[in-house]
Amino acid sequence: MEDFILAEAIEKYVNGEMNASERAYFEEMRQNNPELDHQVAEQLFFLNELEKYSNLKNYTHTIHQTVSKLIDEGFINKNSLRGKAKLIYLWNRHRKTIAVAASIAGLVSILTGSILSFFNSGKNNNIKPLVEKIKEQDDKYRKLEVQIGQLNSSAQGTSTPKPRVESKFRATGFLIDTKNNFIVTSAHVLKEAPHQLVVENTKGEQYSATAIYINTEKDLAIIQIIDQDFDQLSPIPYSIKKGNGELGEQIYTLGFPKQEIVYGEGYVSAQNGYDMDSVYCQLSTSASEGNSGSPVINKKGEIIGIVSSKETNNEGVVFAVKSANIYAAIEDIQKNKDFKKIKIAQNGSLRGVDRVAQVKKVQEYIFMIKGN
Amino acid sequence: MLNSTEHDKALLRGLATKDSQAIEQIYRSHYQMVQYLVLQNRGSEDDAADIFQEAMMVLFEKASNPSFELNCQLKTYLYAVCKHLWLKKLKLLKRQPIRVTDMEVAIPVDEDIELYEKQQQHFDIMEQALHKLGEPCKSLLEAYYIEKQHMQEIAARFLYTNANNAKTQKYKCLMRLKKLFFAQYKHNL
Repeated sequence: MEDFILAEAIEKYVNGEMNASERAYFEEMRQNNPELDHQVAEQLFFLNELEKYSNLKNYTHTIHQTVSKLIDEGFINKNSLRGKAKLIYLWNRHRKTIAVAASIAGLVSILTGSILSFFNSGKNNNIKPLVEKIKEQDDKYRKLEVQIGQLNSSAQGTSTPKPRVESKFRATGFLIDTKNNFIVTSAHVLKEAPHQLVVENTKGEQYSATAIYINTEKDLAIIQIIDQDFDQLSPIPYSIKKGNGELGEQIYTLGFPKQEIVYGEGYVSAQNGYDMDSVYCQLSTSASEGNSGSPVINKKGEIIGIVSSKETNNEGVVFAVKSANIYAAIEDIQKNKDFKKIKIAQNGSLRGVDRVAQVKKVQEYIFMIKGN
Repeated sequence: MLNSTEHDKALLRGLATKDSQAIEQIYRSHYQMVQYLVLQNRGSEDDAADIFQEAMMVLFEKASNPSFELNCQLKTYLYAVCKHLWLKKLKLLKRQPIRVTDMEVAIPVDEDIELYEKQQQHFDIMEQALHKLGEPCKSLLEAYYIEKQHMQEIAARFLYTNANNAKTQKYKCLMRLKKLFFAQYKHNL
């Protein structure tokens, strides 16, 4: 907290918002305390860099507007906007949308908060979301395990270890597009990661990710792996069902209620969720914290839902968001020009494959969602 | 009617304040010349647009410096910068310029371009740091430091209960950004 007080003081100092006595006091403190002086100098330098950045960004924005106008007029002949210029151009074009998206992100984090408290409030103690808050020990144990793994692999000279993200929760997600590396998970999961979001594969490798789409009403989110170290996976074996799962249909789930992937079995027990909510369907299966975002897969290898919550007082009653909502989400995302060409897996290759072989293929596409 | 030096100075002052009319005028007055230069030397119209845009960045860096004085006509300066940039690009592309003699740079612009490149490097580091920062921190800081919104507006936009909460959040984000920035900055030194 002291850091913030210092930061605030420095900013006031830089902006000339201190009165004479505050200023004198601050400068005296600087003189008598080399450590503080160093911090102030560093902060000043940083703020100056940020200011320059902001200046350049705004200037580039104006340049691009001018260039676009001159291109429209035919004064400049430019066929394509490439590379960085293109990115900035797109950024500018989408600036408004991005601003909206950002404010939605803000909105969402508060909404998910209220939904969580709604879930947890005394009045509605009946269902609870399935994100697991990680205990420190658990994570440490895991880290040790991974370090050993990394030691082994670096001994073979294959991998370069990178700093791991300290996570305060664990949930599940699954890949739906290998080109853009889109992963579906539950919206309430992202509330736990306001700062950093990573996905972790079954080998314990972490990749940074960012939220693309969050819909708290349907408890559905799509995140994207943005890590350059992530290697594209081969085509997705499962497909995503457009219609509802059948009543009584056998299903299985794969998720991370613990630090390793866990298989669960069950059946579709009702077509609607808690309080007849038609966004969800009801399953009879076991699920616990960490299962949020797990895919619900039927015999043919179709994903029919995403695990979201369970009834507190009724063991085995689990609610999953119907898979059709993924298509609705994708339609929304496609409104953004950058993501116009998203294609999600519609042709699975698991029909007729036995369960064990299916699970073996599918687990590579299931990720732990972590962050802080 | 201003004489040409006064006119140039006025344009550069406008440029320093990111005035779009000044930018447009500079484009209208000098773009054709640069396009001709690039087209005559194995470049395309797209190359010309890129080079001129880069030159505008160099010019901005220079015009933003309060002690800056232009010792020659803006036209001459821009021509020299664009030549320099294009020669560099040709070298990079391993294409030989045809009209070598015409491509000799008349006035020294090396230092200005170096300064610009250094600035660009810092810009990239900050951009990456912001990217790594993630949401909502990124948007929050951008709203305050780039879009220059007031804390009250930001509190409303990001649905913080009051400006003070938004402020605390902003400082937290800023501290994280600073760490990310310096990690890369020191790495690059």
